[in-house]
Amino acid sequence: MNERLWNILVDSFPKLLGYGIRVTVPLTIFSFAIALTVALAVALIQYANVKVLRQVCRFYIWITRGTPLLVQLYIVFFGLPGIGIKLDAFVAAMLVIGFNEGAYMAETIRGAMESVSRGQLEAGYCVGMSFPKIMWHVVLPQTFRTAFPALSNSMISMLKETSMAATISVMEMFRQAQVINGRVYESLGLYVEVALIYLAFCTFLTWLQRKGEKRLASYGGVRA
Amino acid sequence: MMLEIRDVRKSFDSQMVLDGISLDVEKGDVVAILGPSGSGKTTFLRCLNYLETADSGTMVFDGETFDLHSAGKAEIARLRRKTAFVFQNYNLFLNKTVLQNVTLGLTSGAGMERKKAEETALKMLERVGMADKLKSYPSQLSGGQQQRVAIARAMATDPEIIYFDEPTSALDPELIGEVLSVMRDLAEAGMTMLVVTHEMDFARNVSNKVMFMEGGKVVEAAPSKQFFEQPEEARAREFIRNILESRK
Repeated sequence: MNERLWNILVDSFPKLLGYGIRVTVPLTIFSFAIALTVALAVALIQYANVKVLRQVCRFYIWITRGTPLLVQLYIVFFGLPGIGIKLDAFVAAMLVIGFNEGAYMAETIRGAMESVSRGQLEAGYCVGMSFPKIMWHVVLPQTFRTAFPALSNSMISMLKETSMAATISVMEMFRQAQVINGRVYESLGLYVEVALIYLAFCTFLTWLQRKGEKRLASYGGVRA
Repeated sequence: MMLEIRDVRKSFDSQMVLDGISLDVEKGDVVAILGPSGSGKTTFLRCLNYLETADSGTMVFDGETFDLHSAGKAEIARLRRKTAFVFQNYNLFLNKTVLQNVTLGLTSGAGMERKKAEETALKMLERVGMADKLKSYPSQLSGGQQQRVAIARAMATDPEIIYFDEPTSALDPELIGEVLSVMRDLAEAGMTMLVVTHEMDFARNVSNKVMFMEGGKVVEAAPSKQFFEQPEEARAREFIRNILESRK
């Protein structure tokens, strides 16, 4: 590696990492919070079989999973101003990524919920508990445990998907790499560098996932 | 009469599962519900607690009439507070410890204070011999132990009647005894019980009434002694003979 490239990489590293921590990470966390809320609501509506709303949920999942994230970002950020809805780029990215991954997570959570034995619900009813209480104390904790690995997966994908926000002018980590590259023309070095930072972030999430799984394992097998 | 069940009917798709079942239960009765597999015993029991919705039928419980086909949420909740259910596969809350399994219904169902719920739970768990496993999770217990905890959970809510749905059918043969002995104690303490079972000794020696079902109908209902010694119906005689022979 020549000295010029080395200096570029060393100089750009704190900048990239800074954008990573200040923009990529918050964008991931906020999007994930939106996704989890949406997913939980959508899964619950389907599990409890709420009429009409259930159809709305299926429609949302159908549309969201059936169209590309990039196209969704363009529609919201470049398209919606045409009908008077102007969103800040960061907010648009946060909403689109959140609702996008939320559709997948809804299915993950619904699947996990349905894998909790109906007997758990019946036992709750028979000791006088109401549906919401059984959900809260019994079904959701078991659901969360089953869904945890898949939800961790979603969070890891989301972290990487935030790089797509670059296409709608959000100045996040990848966009910053593009900007630096525009000045110095070191595509290979810079993009590998930014890839390594993403890798480090994801490695941290993987570590967190393992920790979380150990913690959730406290009550042994899910099935008796 | 504590419980008067009248003409319960239920079909799944076009298959008739319960074809007009009636039963009277007095306080302190232990009724064994017998019959071959698929005779509708379990479905009948589940209808009584609205775990299944009957197509028609009524139940008078403590003077209050319940329509087994349609009842409001509040009505169902009121009925369930007076009853308890023990399942074939225990259905303990898998994410809760033994102690929490018993207290959860008390605190979050009946709104009891936590400390009082724990005292009650401890008493019940002592009765079934599970007080030394308070912190264990269901997955760490044998089937017999899980079923005993389930019985403690059922007793803790202070029900007027407990429904048992084949409580020993999922157990290894060597674990059946411990569960039956807990049930015997309960019967001797005067608890009213409806027990779907294949345990003939229990039906004969612990229960005081037998209802024998087949094909969704009651074939014979009689005091246990009479049922086992002089069954009236040919089908009942055959059933008893088959069971006794299969054990030789």
